[in-house]
Amino acid sequence: MNRRRFLPLLPILTLLAMLGPVAAGLWGTLLPAFGHLPAAGLTGPSLAPFRDLFDWAGLPRAMFLSISTGLLATSISLAIVMLVTAGWSGTKPFRALERLLSPLLSVPHAAAAFGLAFLIAPSGWISRLLSPGVTGWDRPPDLLIVQDTWGLTMTAGLIVKEVPFLLLITLAALGQADAQRSVAISQALGYGRVTGWLKTVFPRVYAQIRPPIYVVLAYSMSVVDVAVILGPNTPPSLSVQIVKWMSDPDLAMRLEAAAGALLQLGLVIGALVFWRFGEYVVARLGARWIASGARGKADGVVAVGALIAGTLCALSVLLGLVVLTIWSFAGFWGFPDAFPDAFTWRNWMRFGPGTLDALGETALIAVTVALAALILTIGCLEAEYRYGLSFSQRAVWLLYLPLLIPQTAFLPGLQTLMLSLGADVGRIPVILAHLVFVLPYVFLSLADPFRAWDTRMGTIAAALRASPNGVLWRVRLPMLLRPILTALAVGLAVSVGQYLATLLIGGGRVATLTTEAVALASGGDRRAIGVYGLMQTGAALVPFALALLIPAVVWRNRKGLRHG
Amino acid sequence: MKHLAVLAVLLAPVPALADIDPANWDAVTSEAEGQTVFWNAWGGSTTTNDFLAWVGDRVMEDYGVTLEHVKLTDTADAVTRVLSEKQAGEDDDGAIDMIWINGANFAAMKDADLLFGPYAEQLPNWAFVDVEGKTVQTDFTVPTDGFESPWAMAQVVFVHDTADMPDRLGSMQALLEWTQANPGRFSYPQPPDFLGTTFLKQVLVDILPDPSVLADPATDENYDEVTAPLWTYLDELTPNLWREGKAYPPTGTAMFPLIADGELDLSISFSPSAASTAIANNELPPTVRTFVLDKGTIGNASFVAIPYNSGSKAGAMVVANFLMSPEAQARAQDPAILGYGTVLNMDALSDNDRALFEALELGVATLSPAELGTVQDEPHPSWATRIADDWMIRYGVSE
Repeated sequence: MNRRRFLPLLPILTLLAMLGPVAAGLWGTLLPAFGHLPAAGLTGPSLAPFRDLFDWAGLPRAMFLSISTGLLATSISLAIVMLVTAGWSGTKPFRALERLLSPLLSVPHAAAAFGLAFLIAPSGWISRLLSPGVTGWDRPPDLLIVQDTWGLTMTAGLIVKEVPFLLLITLAALGQADAQRSVAISQALGYGRVTGWLKTVFPRVYAQIRPPIYVVLAYSMSVVDVAVILGPNTPPSLSVQIVKWMSDPDLAMRLEAAAGALLQLGLVIGALVFWRFGEYVVARLGARWIASGARGKADGVVAVGALIAGTLCALSVLLGLVVLTIWSFAGFWGFPDAFPDAFTWRNWMRFGPGTLDALGETALIAVTVALAALILTIGCLEAEYRYGLSFSQRAVWLLYLPLLIPQTAFLPGLQTLMLSLGADVGRIPVILAHLVFVLPYVFLSLADPFRAWDTRMGTIAAALRASPNGVLWRVRLPMLLRPILTALAVGLAVSVGQYLATLLIGGGRVATLTTEAVALASGGDRRAIGVYGLMQTGAALVPFALALLIPAVVWRNRKGLRHG
Repeated sequence: MKHLAVLAVLLAPVPALADIDPANWDAVTSEAEGQTVFWNAWGGSTTTNDFLAWVGDRVMEDYGVTLEHVKLTDTADAVTRVLSEKQAGEDDDGAIDMIWINGANFAAMKDADLLFGPYAEQLPNWAFVDVEGKTVQTDFTVPTDGFESPWAMAQVVFVHDTADMPDRLGSMQALLEWTQANPGRFSYPQPPDFLGTTFLKQVLVDILPDPSVLADPATDENYDEVTAPLWTYLDELTPNLWREGKAYPPTGTAMFPLIADGELDLSISFSPSAASTAIANNELPPTVRTFVLDKGTIGNASFVAIPYNSGSKAGAMVVANFLMSPEAQARAQDPAILGYGTVLNMDALSDNDRALFEALELGVATLSPAELGTVQDEPHPSWATRIADDWMIRYGVSE
């Protein structure tokens, strides 16, 4: 009976766990932004923090970088995914690309960024492979590729990670868009493959994947770890500068950081509004394009171009991981040698023990967070099933809210707030902060398979005198083993990749593979970065492998259950 | 930084020495047993990280003290943390027990009463420290007063790959002319990085006819006039820097891969033997050597300090004392391990301990103490702070 009273509370508890820290963090940002930080003896309200912020000479460029990175990364990765899907879905190359991209989703952003840097820098692997034969270089050219002033490399680093994400989201949405029949009819009417898809399927798919696109936009505008590794520094993007101000010994700089955080929030909201406006414009133009009846002469070229772009994204992450591996085993490796003089275990002997400590911390946090998120999610979904307590369509946006508010807007505030309350930093606050980011992904990953479960199974079990709990534990959850494990793996990967939440809320005491790897970026030791980057990738990838393997073993004699 | 003085006034002073007497060493060691010391130190250098891990093993073995290395990207993070804790009233068991600290941060923390002490000169191993010959009682001209204990000596050296750049340079003027003939082959870490700021100071010390003005705090009256030659110098230097000064390496160690790949011929280091260590670790080619300027280069000591609110002060003092032991100092000086200069006075050591140092192979790229020449004094920290701030306005947000 206890459970009966507890279960209906779970949706509220879940919302609280997700939105509570965000709201508290924004509050903790708002007050110092207007000069109110009693802990430092400063009382507001005052506009001085904003005056200081606008006096900073780097502000225009930092704002520009935030906006340009966000809009470019989002629109380019969306275009690649849409055109690849339009041109190739259902074909062999598409399935190959899908298989290539899916595991890349879980590669942490930092590892992918390091890999990209090691590939395309003037002394990177591509330049080494082509030199001196093709290029004639016997020393690396003095070219500003990584950390370029316009943030293009940083944008590329985001695109290669967002393409797999958007592709998987699109695949999930395709099932409900009745794509195949629409394309078949449009092709029968003489439309090209790409044009037909864009004119009939795209509007329906886009309506479904809109929230994740907004998440990509907000994330790309305020990313910190990728920007630290690939982004410019004279000046850096706004979010990186906010984190720098947060760590200034002068407490007054926290006020400027808070003002910057509010500005970052404003920029993201502005960009989202701009994007929404862009949707209207595209819809208008698209309607005219549809009415024009153009059948699409350039379809073939567009489709091939998109496939090449998609493959390049997959290859740059994969080859990035390969070059990380080579560096982790490299002896001396001078330019322009294509491979090191010697391969050695020395680097792994040196950095291995350190990575194991960090791996332990990473695993402890990730497992706790992912399990908590899973329990809350199953609780919510079961409460929905038993009592009809479902999120309304509008309330689904609440799930996306923690992902839409830039991390740099509320995490610094949360840290300041925790300090003024006397709450200790450390592992438990980090776990709670991770939960904010992990919960939405676990929920979104599990909700559809959970709801799609054939409820007649429950009716049969109940007829055999199973209690509601019996149905849940003995029928529904075992049958959903594969999606549950996948949701758990998603949660683990998201937690493993968290940088800013671990850094700021952990107060430097919590050292995970991600914080250690990004800290190494400033030292530039490529062998250490190789070892840490690979360990970080492994920590995120292994759970996915297990999520595939375990159901196959457990249900080896239940063919119908093996694929969830 | 400009608000730091105001802030210091706002902070109520608290008694710095709370509970334990550093002079009573037996009491210190018995209290230290079982304590965990969170040492916040820059974590960007893997060789330093390895050395700190070894220190952790040794203090656990001898004293039962657990040492956790909290890896920072910027020492200022630790200062912020202690400051925030003080505001929040966390006076007894803060997150940080020990900080590897440098001049400006030490001056700020000492001013704001954020440090425990005096303790350094009561530690047993202080007896071996070379008080006469090394700058261990001042930190960037600020008296340490026993609030931090030294553990390594550093001096600016220039690192060059003799395969591409055979000859040393004698002065900063010569460096400027060399970059004009070899554009894109030199860079320095981006200030406010410690080494980057040191490069700016080294320029100023070398090109000023009389650098003694730098020993006193910078004033609004003399700052512009004294630093004018520096900005003229940098305006000429920047277009010929690596990446034309549009990007800078983040730290000193980040320049080693650039030399190894042949992107840079020349860089700067604050550790005379870092180049030898990097050669041993495959991070630099064996053709790399180091040099100092004709007039000498800037040098200083690295220190550790204990925050006033550490909950493991005894454990931290045990670690600080161990760092000054002949065993730790000889290991730190070994270029295969770390290659930091020792703070100890060789004449004060026993024959056995001295033999530890004499047995060391300093490495192919390491200058002998005689070759290192004159050590120039660090300017007062107020210069470094203002120069780094101005650098960021002039070059740090240029594009």
